[in-house]
Amino acid sequence: MEFGPHFFLASLEGAVNAAVLALMAVGLSIVFGIMRVVNVAHGEFFMLGAVIAWWISTLAGGHPAVGFLFALIAAPLIVGAIAAAADHFVLRRINYDPERTIVATIGLLYVLQQTTLMTFGPEARPVEAPFNKRLALPWFEKTADGFSMYWPWGLSTTSYKLAVIAAAVIILIGLWLFMTRSRIGLIMRATQLDREMALAHGIPVDKVYALVFGLGAGIAALAAVLIVPIQQAHYLMGHDPLLLSFIVVIIGGLGSIPGTIVAAIFIGMSDGIISVFFSPTVAKIIATLLVAFVLIFRPQGLFGKRSA
Amino acid sequence: MKDQLLTGVFHLLIIALMAGLYFILPEYHSGVLARVMVLAVYAMGYNILFGYTGLLSLGHALFFATGMYGLGLAMQHLDVTPSIGILCGLGAAVVVSAVIGFLALRTTGVAFMIVTLMFAQAGYLIILWLGEYTRGDEGFVIQQSQRVLNGVDLSQPDNRYFAALILFAISLLLIGWVVRSGFGKTLVAIRENEERARMLGYNVHRHKWLAVIISGVLAGAAGAAYALLFGYVGATFATVQYSIFPLLYVLLGGAGTTIGPLIGTVFMYYLIDLSSQITSAYLLIAGVALILLTLFAPQGLAGELRKRVFRWLP
Repeated sequence: MEFGPHFFLASLEGAVNAAVLALMAVGLSIVFGIMRVVNVAHGEFFMLGAVIAWWISTLAGGHPAVGFLFALIAAPLIVGAIAAAADHFVLRRINYDPERTIVATIGLLYVLQQTTLMTFGPEARPVEAPFNKRLALPWFEKTADGFSMYWPWGLSTTSYKLAVIAAAVIILIGLWLFMTRSRIGLIMRATQLDREMALAHGIPVDKVYALVFGLGAGIAALAAVLIVPIQQAHYLMGHDPLLLSFIVVIIGGLGSIPGTIVAAIFIGMSDGIISVFFSPTVAKIIATLLVAFVLIFRPQGLFGKRSA
Repeated sequence: MKDQLLTGVFHLLIIALMAGLYFILPEYHSGVLARVMVLAVYAMGYNILFGYTGLLSLGHALFFATGMYGLGLAMQHLDVTPSIGILCGLGAAVVVSAVIGFLALRTTGVAFMIVTLMFAQAGYLIILWLGEYTRGDEGFVIQQSQRVLNGVDLSQPDNRYFAALILFAISLLLIGWVVRSGFGKTLVAIRENEERARMLGYNVHRHKWLAVIISGVLAGAAGAAYALLFGYVGATFATVQYSIFPLLYVLLGGAGTTIGPLIGTVFMYYLIDLSSQITSAYLLIAGVALILLTLFAPQGLAGELRKRVFRWLP
């Protein structure tokens, strides 16, 4: 393939990456923004979402769309409930002390991951996409008599991949409406601004925290259900998305949701594109070092504003 | 002064106990204990930073791996003797910990944890990337014929045990001396109240930096010793998991106690060893232990002992 179509294909793969990454990272960002909690177990909630999707789709049988639809609804709810329980029984008891929380969520990471290994097993298992039509894409070429359209071999995507991108956009818009227009969103933002004052106004902060932690985990699970027909479910699949969403949240400015989305698109696209043309290891080395240096020299993130 | 003496005597007793154990225990357990002592040195280095200075690093595997690869690569590709190899490992650890410390200490709290995590991850990826020399995940073996230090064959179980013990003894005495010195007390002051230490005129940044370097060099020494004594160098030792282990050992044993890292390493090593015979998901134990410790015993075993029984425990 020539450079043009190849680059177009790489950007399409990058866009799917970016869509899922944006969801993951927004989940992490909401939890950090409102609760000031760094959730190291976030990747495992993502993994659980994928595993539950596999489980439901094998139970449901019939047309793959039936199981998938069930999974789309049930997996985020189940994972959200697990996360809310973890918040209630562990994080609340250590008073969200930043360092102890990180240690506890590292513990949670191992518990979730290893329990999955014991029950689900070490194999990677596929989930069938509800629809998966291969779409060939055209490319334009400049010839002697102006532009002409042709169909390069290998330049194609699937209807499902496009649907993932669309779904992520819809979910993010819905989330934004939920945070800015609904009463619960208002309460969450109030808690974020001033925990003590919210408490004084009779907001049940404990419940809000459990809800936020569950919501963050649920979004990660939703992202996983969307990606699992492309990627397969595996008990270690949470590791890379966790690292990438950390990178995104930090570069986008800790706790800033618009910044997180911009950074997710930037990182997801460039990760997809760089991995096609260069070695993925180099891409990861650059990304991790970038995060470290952003935190050292520009702690408010590349897109964030310096807070007082 | 009395403090110094008491600490010294206590540590000598521990060392004598470890030496005595070799003659009592069956071969399998003395083999395990040699490994545990090397890992305990790693945890002791970690403890200087976490337990005494109050800085939680999630990237100590980088320092361990630096010592390990500093020695391993020099011996593998430059054919140096083990003593030069050890110097290479320690030298690399000094340089890496000084640079990382200088950069990472510009941040505090959660940012410090993430920065150290990211540097360690970058280090791990660089080891994979340079697979031509490091052989990546697969790692490489240091031949038995190379592992002879001043005529002592370190691949023999008895030599190995006492080499590990010597490293452990030096580290323990050194740490006992450091934490009882003015420098160590200043570190504790920084842990307890950084602003106050600064107000009192201490150069907080320099103290923290030195703590990172001491901690990194001990971790590097443990890494180099691990490579030399057990003859294997691999990228596994640079993964996040190996950054979590010293944290786990120190939390379990008791942060901010000199003996805690050893206790924690012994317990955790046997716990994981036993559970890995039952299931492949042995890390579950590590996860449960981390959660339970943060919930119920943030002081660890030695910390609880100090709180309840032995007030004098260093």
